[in-house]
Amino acid sequence: MTAEVQKAESAAAQSPGLWDLFLHFMLISAVAFGGVLPWARRKLVDDRRWLSEREFLDTLALCQFLPGPNIVNLSIAVGARFRGFPGSVAAFLGILGLPCIVVLVFGALYSRYGNLPEVGGGLLAVSAAAAGMILAMAGKIATPLLRRRPVEAAPIIVAVFVAVALLRLPLPWVLVTAAPVSIGISWWRRP
Amino acid sequence: MKNTGALAALAVNFLILSLMAFGGANAVIPEMQRQAVEIQHWMTGSQFAALFAIAQAAPGPNVMVVTLVGWQVAGVLGAIVATAAMMGPSWVVTFAVFRVWDKFKYQPWCMTIQNGLAPVTVGFVASSAFLLARDADHDTITFVLTAATAAVAYWTRINPLWVFAGAAVLGIVGVV
Repeated sequence: MTAEVQKAESAAAQSPGLWDLFLHFMLISAVAFGGVLPWARRKLVDDRRWLSEREFLDTLALCQFLPGPNIVNLSIAVGARFRGFPGSVAAFLGILGLPCIVVLVFGALYSRYGNLPEVGGGLLAVSAAAAGMILAMAGKIATPLLRRRPVEAAPIIVAVFVAVALLRLPLPWVLVTAAPVSIGISWWRRP
Repeated sequence: MKNTGALAALAVNFLILSLMAFGGANAVIPEMQRQAVEIQHWMTGSQFAALFAIAQAAPGPNVMVVTLVGWQVAGVLGAIVATAAMMGPSWVVTFAVFRVWDKFKYQPWCMTIQNGLAPVTVGFVASSAFLLARDADHDTITFVLTAATAAVAYWTRINPLWVFAGAAVLGIVGVV
């Protein structure tokens, strides 16, 4: 392991400042092809170690219950946790600033070159890879949860998967049905 | 002024959508499409579909389709107004909830709620992986791409960007 990596790791153990929040959320957004959450998990949990696997899952779970895109809510929550109001603004601007500009550039390019077959092939290949990235994230967040609470968690994960992925039930309805049931089980089987 | 009217319509539309976006931005895409195409007549259905595809292809959250809709309607100012209107209300709600939540998160009742919500979220993430794979994987090569990316991201510390770069090259040269 190089000295640079070790230095980065010891720096990551400290709580991030405003600039760190802005910079690293911007770096997440810059590479986040085909969905931001897996890239955010990689950065926040594996690279920077600002959150443990469990903290990441708990924060994301709460974000799903609040209006707005999960990743934007997550950036606001993480920024607020470390640096209060200014921190949430820094992380929020970090996650959205660059994509706002990039998407407009993409829009302008697409209106000129969108009909080229190469572009279509590239987009399809990237979306296949993106699906794999999200699959890996599902595995990563599920692993510690299933180790910790296998009996309580597994049936809920399967039921939600069947409802959303196979039966295609509307997301909000699954949310308001599954959450109380799951919280009830968690209360009944509390440690 | 026509432009002021367009900006106001953008602001009102996305402020309302923002508060409806439970479970992520994708939940309100159908309603956004209905508003933009059928109610406000800002664009045709295929124009909206193209904007959505661009937002998906660009790095960053898929909610950036909002920025593109604003841009289409009223230029750069429209892009800013639409994005701010879409993010503002959920920003306030999220900030307020987490300020309170972080104070109580080690209380037993809070832990109970978190333990309950966690498997629901895992189910959602697994579902979106399945649905995305089903849309993208229609031959052996795309299926292998999905599996390879998942394996690299799950089992190794290699940056998955390399897989994405490789995938894009395969797509561009026409293998996919």
